[in-house]
Amino acid sequence: MGLTGRSTGWNVIEDGLTVRKEHPEDRVIALAGNPNVGKSTVFNRLTGLHQHTGNWPGKTVTNAVGRCEYRGKGFLLVDVPGCYSLMAHSCEEEVARDFICFGGAEGVVVVCDGTCLERNCNLLLQTLEVTRSVVVCVNLMDEAKKKGLEVDTALLSRELGIPVVPAAARNGKGLDTLLAELDRLPCAGVPEPPVRYALWAEEVLKAVEEKLRPLSLRGLPGRWVAARLLDGEESLWPAMEGFLGFDLRESDEGKAGFAAGRERIEAQGKTLQDFRDEMAAGLVRRAKELAARAVGRNKGDPTLRDRRIDRWITGKWVGFPLMLLLLMGVFWLTVVGANYPSQLLSQGIFWVEEQGAALFRETGCPEWFVELLFHGVYRTVGWVVSVMLPPMAIFFPLFTLLEDLGYLPRVAFNLDRAFQKCSACGKQALTMCMGLGCNAAGVVGCRIIDSPRERLLAILTNNFVPCNGRFPTILTLIALFFLGGAATPFSSLLSAALLVVLLLVGVGATFGVSRLLSATLLKGVPSSFTLELPPYRMPRVGQVLVRSVLDRTLFVLGRAVTAAAPAGLLLWLMANLQVGEVSVLTWCCGVLDPAARLIGLDGAILVAFILGIPANEIVLPIILMIYTSGGMLTEPSGTETLFAILTQNGWTVTTALCTILFSLLHWPCATTLMTIRKETQSIKWTVAAFLIPTLVGVLVCFIVARVGSILGM
Amino acid sequence: MEAERCLSQLGEGQSGIVDRISAEGRIRRRLQDIGLIEGAEVVCVRVSPLGDPVAYAICGAVIALRREDARQVTLRREAGKTQGGRAAEGGRPWA
Repeated sequence: MGLTGRSTGWNVIEDGLTVRKEHPEDRVIALAGNPNVGKSTVFNRLTGLHQHTGNWPGKTVTNAVGRCEYRGKGFLLVDVPGCYSLMAHSCEEEVARDFICFGGAEGVVVVCDGTCLERNCNLLLQTLEVTRSVVVCVNLMDEAKKKGLEVDTALLSRELGIPVVPAAARNGKGLDTLLAELDRLPCAGVPEPPVRYALWAEEVLKAVEEKLRPLSLRGLPGRWVAARLLDGEESLWPAMEGFLGFDLRESDEGKAGFAAGRERIEAQGKTLQDFRDEMAAGLVRRAKELAARAVGRNKGDPTLRDRRIDRWITGKWVGFPLMLLLLMGVFWLTVVGANYPSQLLSQGIFWVEEQGAALFRETGCPEWFVELLFHGVYRTVGWVVSVMLPPMAIFFPLFTLLEDLGYLPRVAFNLDRAFQKCSACGKQALTMCMGLGCNAAGVVGCRIIDSPRERLLAILTNNFVPCNGRFPTILTLIALFFLGGAATPFSSLLSAALLVVLLLVGVGATFGVSRLLSATLLKGVPSSFTLELPPYRMPRVGQVLVRSVLDRTLFVLGRAVTAAAPAGLLLWLMANLQVGEVSVLTWCCGVLDPAARLIGLDGAILVAFILGIPANEIVLPIILMIYTSGGMLTEPSGTETLFAILTQNGWTVTTALCTILFSLLHWPCATTLMTIRKETQSIKWTVAAFLIPTLVGVLVCFIVARVGSILGM
Repeated sequence: MEAERCLSQLGEGQSGIVDRISAEGRIRRRLQDIGLIEGAEVVCVRVSPLGDPVAYAICGAVIALRREDARQVTLRREAGKTQGGRAAEGGRPWA
């Protein structure tokens, strides 16, 4: 599971940065931990809100990097994706493992959940086997206390021989001590192996380690390398080779080590499998022992409350209706809340446009330039901002709250059976949730899925979930054609309900296509599946609001500049350059019109969808612009005007329905496509991701259009 | 001889002790990583509304597994205690 605040902080679209030390004195510190332990809170608390995403050399991943200072010394914190084990099972875990083992960090902070120490100790112990330069941060001490758990951090520290800091990062408690301990790294003392395996296995390790001694392992502990040599963990080796500069398994020492280990194992009447089992079991045993000694319980069952809540949330009869209700509630609040700020923003933005254009004209700029700059580029950007920002600024915090509460994994838990039937992974439900916000984020989120086949399924179908960028178009059309345009509280509730229905169509398409792909292009059976259901946790509402509104604003603004501005330029040129008698835009509409009519649209709508590739948000404005034959986007205007423009251009209920459906089922936006290309490393699958939803959309719209014309709607 | 009991046969509220894992390769290590090693206690805490997957309390965390995977975890023969919301002696307090 990777739904940490970071990966769904929706700022995961990487920009190709590397961990750059602005100050050469800075020490790089990796921040590791299981998912959902408040790692990102620690990160944000330490670095302020100045988080930016970045890569580290070698692999395109997003490790957030931030800087903090303590007593004049700088630390560069790298927020590594959450993982349960260094034996990576998913792409995301691989990223984490590679950074912890080979990233060259000068220290590692392992953040643990104080309410669930035993589980967290596994990663901690594995990390300690790789490096002794570790500070443990036992987070959520306040939660633990509430649950009647007492964590003896001093005992842990003595047992492990490293600093252990109790913290409640949400309240900023313990973080100063954490920094002080980081400052003192690396700590002195002869390292005692954190885990003692069974005697026979220890002997094996010693024998292998002995053979590896002549090699330079660049600081990696021989014991750890010896264990991995016998481990048979394939995905580790490319990274290991990159780090060491040679392939250990092919080196003479490596071969000798493996042979010696094998011989030792067999001499003791064991098999290689027994040894591998012991490597896993030793960790679990030690974790259990540590937790048993360090955690005291002074109240009854600390999990009783969670189980009670689960009885409802994952209840047989309540679970699904509750899910739909929650979704509808989120949509409704978004629709209702976004209305007014949207109007205000657009007024402000268009006022600036007028003033700016006037100012430029006065300074003697050529008229075409002013037109292009203000009515082309600026207006498109303004549209995107005013239409997108308010719904996103409401939708995201609400969603983040649900996420922080621990609700989303339950959705996956409830729905997994259905995904299993399509030979897909239940965690796809999580990536679909992310897709609701932004498909590109959803595609990146697919890294949490272990099996490459299932991950690809999730990536290819993510676009069937309508992202925030498509909500405004869909909602406007729903309001105009299916609710009579009246803006009453009841009608907004109804449009939220219709949006949920539409979403279910998208989910249906996801299942259908996943199933089809599993039977054809991506043949395979469902692979193993483990999903943690974390404890429910009261989110810090204020913090979530500030963070996600801030995140969203930056995201929308960034996107408006990078995607909408060029689109606006192109649009303006197309609308103002002539082919014979008509503009390029009108000409294109004419060419596409016959094809578009077949699927219930018209040329203008299809052109708008094509021009909307950089940003889905501008589809409706482009349609209106073409209809009003203006050389620029129209201002967002009242519902009656909108309705009049559309109906005058031949829109019927069928047209509206087809447009809505096509909006749900068509190609992904440019950002998503680029992300898919990056994530799959394959042009072929990127093309597939473009074609699959488009074909489904054409098919569905064709059928709807035929039925509509028969019914005479 | 009594048939082997596996994890997937546990009903809500029932517990068992892991005997061995029959899965191989990565799944095996995955199951071990979440704490399913020989002698570990497991409690079945919640069956999902569609019957699959099932959530188990393992090592102080709640982890959902599909029946397909849970079938590959064999439990010790001795019958697990059926618990009415109480913790097993010395075990983790899940119910």
